[in-house]
Amino acid sequence: MADPMRIRAQAKDNNAIVRVLMNHEMESGQRKDGDGKIIPAWHIQDVSASLNGKVVMTAEWGPGVSKNPFLQFTIKGAKAGDKVAITWKDNHGDSRTDEATIS
Amino acid sequence: MSQTTSLRNLFFCAVMALFTHVVYAQKTASDSIAEYRAMLQDGNPSELFEAKGEDLWKQKRGPKNASLEQCDLGKGQGVVKGAWVELPRFFADTAKVQDLESRLVTCMQTLQGFDAQTLAKTPYGKGEQVNITALATWIASESKGMPFNVPQAQMEERKMYEVGKRLFFMRAGSHDFSCATCHGQDDKRIRLQDLPNLTKATGAAQGFGAWPAYRVSNGQMWSEQLRLNDCYRQQRFPYPLFASDATIALGVYMGVNAKGGLATAPAIKR
Repeated sequence: MADPMRIRAQAKDNNAIVRVLMNHEMESGQRKDGDGKIIPAWHIQDVSASLNGKVVMTAEWGPGVSKNPFLQFTIKGAKAGDKVAITWKDNHGDSRTDEATIS
Repeated sequence: MSQTTSLRNLFFCAVMALFTHVVYAQKTASDSIAEYRAMLQDGNPSELFEAKGEDLWKQKRGPKNASLEQCDLGKGQGVVKGAWVELPRFFADTAKVQDLESRLVTCMQTLQGFDAQTLAKTPYGKGEQVNITALATWIASESKGMPFNVPQAQMEERKMYEVGKRLFFMRAGSHDFSCATCHGQDDKRIRLQDLPNLTKATGAAQGFGAWPAYRVSNGQMWSEQLRLNDCYRQQRFPYPLFASDATIALGVYMGVNAKGGLATAPAIKR
């Protein structure tokens, strides 16, 4: 089971700024270990964000994204008290969803 | 003064302002690095380790199935806030000067029943060491922005300061290096990184007070012990053992020097 994300969401004017820190190795599949064997790719493939259950953003990620990635985006028309949920799915089929309330 | 002159003066001021602005816009390398760090600071992955550490502190673990909430970090049982800026310090129960990590090992042994020897032998980034680093990250974060005040009231603490000072200036190894070679003067740098002067309060707080820190280049959380271990590797010294008296003495030396400086850990590094 993957470790939790850190989600901060703040309302500003008519929007909400969402900042997410994800806990993931993000192994690119290009690196080799001490014995010269390739370390298999292990990274997040799909990210989706929803506001009160409605999907507002999806993203396809690849091996070029850093370890423990940071994601920031703005949701138009979101208000304080709304719930933002982020889900990621990696190429091992593992996934994690965390939720935060906009402050 | 006629209106035209005052207007001209105003125009002249505006031009001067523009000019000085252009001059100031010339950034030094360290300005750019500071800017880069500031950009990263907002999404510092050390927060992930803080969250993990806080969980670990409260979780019942180990052979005795106990949490660390009764652990005395120097300010009384279970007091975390402000503990880190007063470490290393002398602990009567172990009769030793201990830094944060060695104190955590003591608590993990007495409260949770882990074997201290095994914990100390575990390589960095493996097994329980990962947990010790996460715990240290959270505990340090609870003292963020507080001024350093490492105690010197006990004789043992003053002795460790003197030992640390000697180690700091001791030149040895194949490169005839000491800590002071890089960290004993102001405005030194290695490649583009500014080196803090660890013999003064500002520098010591900047250097000693920034670890545990997250290293962007390798995506690892580095504890104070690992930082010192790597300093010794760079000096081509033999690696010090985890929580050895030498590293703790250096911790006392830097921590006391940092008195009054503000703690910034967990920081983010290149």
